[in-house]
Amino acid sequence: MNRIFATKAGSDVYRLRIPWRPFSNDAAPLLSSQNAGNPEKGSEAKQYDIAIVGGGMVGLALACSLASRPLTRHLNVAIIDSNPALGGKHFIKKEDLPDPRVSTITPATISFFKDIGAWQFVEQHRHAYFDKMQVWDYTGLSYAKYNARDADKEVLGCVVENKVLLSSLLSRVQETVLPKKIYPSRLNSMSILPNSSSSEVDSTLSMTALFTHGRLAKLELEDGNSLYAKLVVGADGGKSRVRELAGFRTTGWNYSQNAIICTVEHDVENHCAWQRFLPSGPLALLPIGDKFSNIVWTLSPKESSEFKSITEDNFLKAVNHALDYGYGPHPTPSILGSSDLFSWLKGGQGVNLGFGDASTLSSVISEGIAVGTDIGEVSLLKKYEADRKPANVMMMAVLDGFQKAYSVDFGPLNILRAAAFHGAHHISPLKKSIISYASGEMRLPLFA
Amino acid sequence: MNPTRLAFLRSTLCRHFRKDPLSARPFEGLRFIDVGCGGGILSEPLARMGATVTGIDAIEKNIKIACLHANLDPTTSTIEYCCTTAEKLVEEQRKFDAVIALEVIEHVADAAEFCKSLSALTAHEGATVVSTINRSMRSYATAIVAAEYLLQWLPKGTHQWSSFLTPEELTMILKRAGVDVKEMAGFVYNPLTGRWSLSDDISVNFIAYGTKEK
Repeated sequence: MNRIFATKAGSDVYRLRIPWRPFSNDAAPLLSSQNAGNPEKGSEAKQYDIAIVGGGMVGLALACSLASRPLTRHLNVAIIDSNPALGGKHFIKKEDLPDPRVSTITPATISFFKDIGAWQFVEQHRHAYFDKMQVWDYTGLSYAKYNARDADKEVLGCVVENKVLLSSLLSRVQETVLPKKIYPSRLNSMSILPNSSSSEVDSTLSMTALFTHGRLAKLELEDGNSLYAKLVVGADGGKSRVRELAGFRTTGWNYSQNAIICTVEHDVENHCAWQRFLPSGPLALLPIGDKFSNIVWTLSPKESSEFKSITEDNFLKAVNHALDYGYGPHPTPSILGSSDLFSWLKGGQGVNLGFGDASTLSSVISEGIAVGTDIGEVSLLKKYEADRKPANVMMMAVLDGFQKAYSVDFGPLNILRAAAFHGAHHISPLKKSIISYASGEMRLPLFA
Repeated sequence: MNPTRLAFLRSTLCRHFRKDPLSARPFEGLRFIDVGCGGGILSEPLARMGATVTGIDAIEKNIKIACLHANLDPTTSTIEYCCTTAEKLVEEQRKFDAVIALEVIEHVADAAEFCKSLSALTAHEGATVVSTINRSMRSYATAIVAAEYLLQWLPKGTHQWSSFLTPEELTMILKRAGVDVKEMAGFVYNPLTGRWSLSDDISVNFIAYGTKEK
C-alpha cells in the first residue's frame, strides 16, 4: 500500500544537502504524540491524500506535476521537509557565484519541466544549454564528439545549479492551487494502520472527521505533529528514512570513488561539455553559463584527499594536464568553491532518473483517479514500479558498465574500448541512438 | 479487466450526461445502480468518481463483503448495498440515471425479462450499460476452455456457452425493452503483457451502452 521510488544506491547528486541550509537536523528528537487522534495533544492529525517526504528537487517536482494535471490538482498534499527555505520565497541574487552543485538536465527533463510550468523560472536564472559533447579517454586512442545536430536536436542538455532547480520548483509549486501544506520537520516514525474496519469517533470533531483509518499510513514527525496519508512518497534521498522505515532492501556496492567539484571561470564562453575518462574516473567540465564552468573530477579516495590540500594554481595545472590531448578554453586561475562528493554518475543522469520517476508516478496516479482507483492501492503502485524499475536498473547497468570498462588500463582492452568509441562516433544510427538514450527519450538502449 | 470497463463507462457516460471528462468526480449528483455488484469491484470506483451508487446482488454473502470493504474508505462508505434483484426494485419503482449490469445477463434465467427490468429502472434520458460474453467459436475457446479448464481463472461450469448472447441478440432484446444501443466495444486480453484493453473486437467480451427512448 505505501511504496516509494525504486532507489539508486549511493550515486546521486540531487540527494545531497544544498550548501545554504543553515544547520543539520540532528537535534534531539522531540517526544511525538503517542495516541492516535487524541484531541488533547494539540492540533488534530490531519488527513492527506499524499504525503511527500522530502521537499528537495524530486519531491517538489512531483508536487508540481500533480498540480499541473487536471485529475490530480485537487489532491491534498503534505510536504515534509525540515529545510526552512521551503517556507518562504527563496531569492537568488544574480551576482551570486555559481554553486558547485549542478545537474545536467536532459532534454526529456527540460520537456517535463516545461509541462509542469517550472522551466520558465529556471530560465530566469543562470543556466547553460550545450549542444556539443566531447568525450575521450586517457590512452589517446579514442575520441568522440557528439553534436546535437547529429540527432536533429537543438541541444544535448542544459546544465543548471541545483539551487536554481530547487528554487524554480518551489516558486512554481507556491503559485499553483494544489492544496498543499509544508511540514517543516523530519519524519520520525511511520505506521500502517491495520486493514480492518476500525473507526475512531471523537465527539469534539465535526461530522466530516468521522472516518475509519482503515487503510491509512500514520506519520509522526520530530516536532510532535502527526498526519495521516493514503499514499506516502519517499523523496528523501539516498539515505531515505521512508525506505528505512518501510523496511525495503536495496542492493548496492561501493565504487571506491570520491569526486571533487568546483567552479571555474573562463576567458571565453563555453557551449561544449568536455569529459575525459581516466583510470580512476572521469573528469568533466560542464558549462554553467556566464563564462563559468563546473568541474567534476572523480578520483580514488586517496587522490581526492591529496587534491583537497593543494593550492589552487597547482590544482588548475593538474586539471589542464588531465584535459590535455584535447582543445578548448583553459580555465583562468580562479576557483570559486569546491566540495567533496561520494560518487558521480557519468553524463549527469542522476537527478534525471529522479525526475523521470516523479513524472511517471504522477501520471500513474492521474490514470488511477480516472478509473476511480483508491490511490493507496497496490495495483496502482505496481504499475509505477513496472514502468520505472527497468528504466532505473538499465541506466545503472549501463553506467556501471562504463565505470568498470574504464577502470582497467590494459592494452587489448584499451584498444577494444577505443574501437567501440570510434564506432559510436562514426556510425551515425548508433550515435543517434546514444544521443537519444542519454537525452532521456529512449527507455532501453535497443538500437532498433 | 476492471480498469478497462471503467474507462469505457467513464468515456460514454461523461459524454451522455455532458460532464467534463477531466474532472476528478464527473458523476457528482448522478444516481447509478450496479446490478450484480458482487464484492463492489465496480461500485467503489464509481462512487469515487462522484456517483451516488446503489449496489444490488442476489447473494447475501456478496453484499456482506461489499459493505465491509466499502466502509474502509470514507468516499465509498456512502454506497447503498441491498441483497435484492432488479425485478424487486422495479416493483419499488426506483429510478436511476444510469443502470449498469456487467457480466450478469449470461447468468440470468430469462434475458429478455431482465432487460425489461433494467429498462424500467432507467430514468428518463438515462443510460443503460450491459456487458457480457459473445456466443461465438472464439468465446468457447477462450471463455470456457481456456478460462475455466486450462488457466482456471474461473470455476468450471461458471458459464453456459449456450446462454451467451451475440451482440445482435442483445441489441434486439434491449430495443424491445425500450433501450436504444448507441455504442459497443470489446475487451481484448493480451497474454504477453497481461493487460486488457478496449477494442473493436466484440468476438469474446463485449459491452453495450444504450439510452432510454422514452
